[in-house]
Amino acid sequence: MELIINGKTEQLPDEINATRLIEHLGLQNERLAIEVNREIVPRSTFDTHCFKSGDRIEIVRAIGGGAR
Amino acid sequence: MSTVMKSASPATADPLMIDGVAYQSRLLVGTGKYKDMEETRLAIEASGAEIVTVAIRRTNIGQSKDEPSLLDVLPPNQYTYLPNTAGCYTAEDAVRTCRLARELLDGHNLVKLEVLGDEKTLFPDIVQTLSAAETLIADGFKVMVYTNDDPIIAKRLEDMGCAAVMPLAAPIGSGLGIRNPYNILTIVENAGVPILVDAGVGCASDSAIAMELGCDGVLMNTAIAGAKEPVLMASAMKKAIEAGRESFLAGRISKKRFASASSPLDGTFF
Repeated sequence: MELIINGKTEQLPDEINATRLIEHLGLQNERLAIEVNREIVPRSTFDTHCFKSGDRIEIVRAIGGGAR
Repeated sequence: MSTVMKSASPATADPLMIDGVAYQSRLLVGTGKYKDMEETRLAIEASGAEIVTVAIRRTNIGQSKDEPSLLDVLPPNQYTYLPNTAGCYTAEDAVRTCRLARELLDGHNLVKLEVLGDEKTLFPDIVQTLSAAETLIADGFKVMVYTNDDPIIAKRLEDMGCAAVMPLAAPIGSGLGIRNPYNILTIVENAGVPILVDAGVGCASDSAIAMELGCDGVLMNTAIAGAKEPVLMASAMKKAIEAGRESFLAGRISKKRFASASSPLDGTFF
């Protein structure tokens, strides 16, 4: 299925959940947060949250920043 | 005859209270614009800051993971992270950013709200800022809000329930210093929550002036990160904030037009 991850269209296996997606992207050791179609996916539901084709996913982290 | 210090140093006796939490440092710093992570770490150590702002951005997918992350350099158990909404131009984006930050930082709900109006001035969009503040406060966030130096809006933001109000000294990154000290003074005098100058200071004396006006603290990034020697400037800012605070607490003399002699006139033999 097709997912839009951080603005880029990616092909991924059907029925992929958030935990598997993070592993697939090699991000399992990073501190991150996920939003799908503008809704937060709580970390506690990563194992059970399955994406649907066409989902727009944002994966974010904390970086250096002040007043821009 | 010995004298005993009347009180501990102001740094320990006079904490900055934000939402019921005491901080010893009144200098809050951003973590952007540094040359590298090592310079970030050294400058922030030298600043003595306990609260550091961070930005929330997309994770790099498929790129090198070897570079140290901010969380390695500034451990969240040693510093209070203040996620900020820098770069947001709408209330909706600011709220999304804060919700992602809260998830990222395990429920930490202290945030810096800034909703910008335009790229040239980076002045706040007050309509969007008020709207975002309302949503965030209702959602349980503790909001430290960037605003302009308008006393009416500052009071409005306090009345809405913001944890701190942070008027700009001058445009973000401009280094112009406090352009409107009388407005800052009015904001401070009206306030029941901490007032921190956020943005626009350029050098140590600018920070001292903010503190002498009675501000509770100063938040800065570019003034330190953009200095020729950021670590040295961080140290200068720390001292200026402390000196300005002590000067404010000490109560300055009033200004007079003419001289007033310091030495007694009694007992002169000439």
